[in-house]
Amino acid sequence: MRWATRANIHIDRAACAWLIRRHLDPDAEFVFLADPTDIPPDATPFDLRGAELGHHGGDCSFETILRHYELTDPVLWRIAEIIHEADLDDERYDAPEAPGLDIALRGLSMISTDEQTLALTGPLFEGLYEYYRRALILGREPA
Amino acid sequence: MAGRSEPGSWVMLSYRLPREPSTPRITIWRKLKRLGVAQIGDGVVALPADARTREQLEWIADEITEAAGSATLWLAQPTTLPAERDLATTMATARATEYTQVITTAAAAADSPAPERAATARRLRAELRRINRRDYFPPAERDLARLAVLDLTTTTADTAQATPVKEHP
Repeated sequence: MRWATRANIHIDRAACAWLIRRHLDPDAEFVFLADPTDIPPDATPFDLRGAELGHHGGDCSFETILRHYELTDPVLWRIAEIIHEADLDDERYDAPEAPGLDIALRGLSMISTDEQTLALTGPLFEGLYEYYRRALILGREPA
Repeated sequence: MAGRSEPGSWVMLSYRLPREPSTPRITIWRKLKRLGVAQIGDGVVALPADARTREQLEWIADEITEAAGSATLWLAQPTTLPAERDLATTMATARATEYTQVITTAAAAADSPAPERAATARRLRAELRRINRRDYFPPAERDLARLAVLDLTTTTADTAQATPVKEHP
């Protein structure tokens, strides 16, 4: 399946792409649009203005996708809190990791194409998932 | 902005929201305030245009539409440099007031007991980060506030070091 989002991706879009590949569509193909109104007819838009999989009710797109596809994994929701704060910074959640991750991704996107950013952030989100999975099982921060 | 020959580009949001219910009105207002927008008029706000400010105002515009309001987003350029300078000065003054509040709070906490001072330092550091993020035209108070909080943090650390600590070789 094809998925479309705005070009020059940042944290919300990078995390959404990882989530889509990991949980919804392993063969997902991503299209990065320079003109966000120019959505290919066969592609599902995300993190685009007016898209169903965008910001709604104060949620970022990552949270919207979790809700839309009824993904209830608490580890994904823990990551959602970080993405929300890194993207929106509205202090809805206590996510001290957010500012650091935000800057790391901002820097990365300065030196990478969108495809490279996805390739590099995939393992990063995968690692975060493993970290918070262990934290959840242990009930404390893993070593 | 110094030395620029023509005004820069601004992203401008013009919006209307129904008077009732008041919750979305307040939510939107808080979000705009947090972004540090310049209030140009009734229902018209602006920020210096970059990818981030534009995106943030785009999402807010959508949220206004979802709340049964109407919103349009514009890329705008003040016609004259003085007009832009006035806008920037208004924004810088608003931030200066916030920084001054931080400086005053830090000064007031300087003589309080160490744990209280440490708590104030932590709170002010977070507050400083929030102000920095919406500070597009840094006033002189920015550095003073940073130093005031740093001072508070340092005196806190000094006091902590005064307690004997067993050190590893």
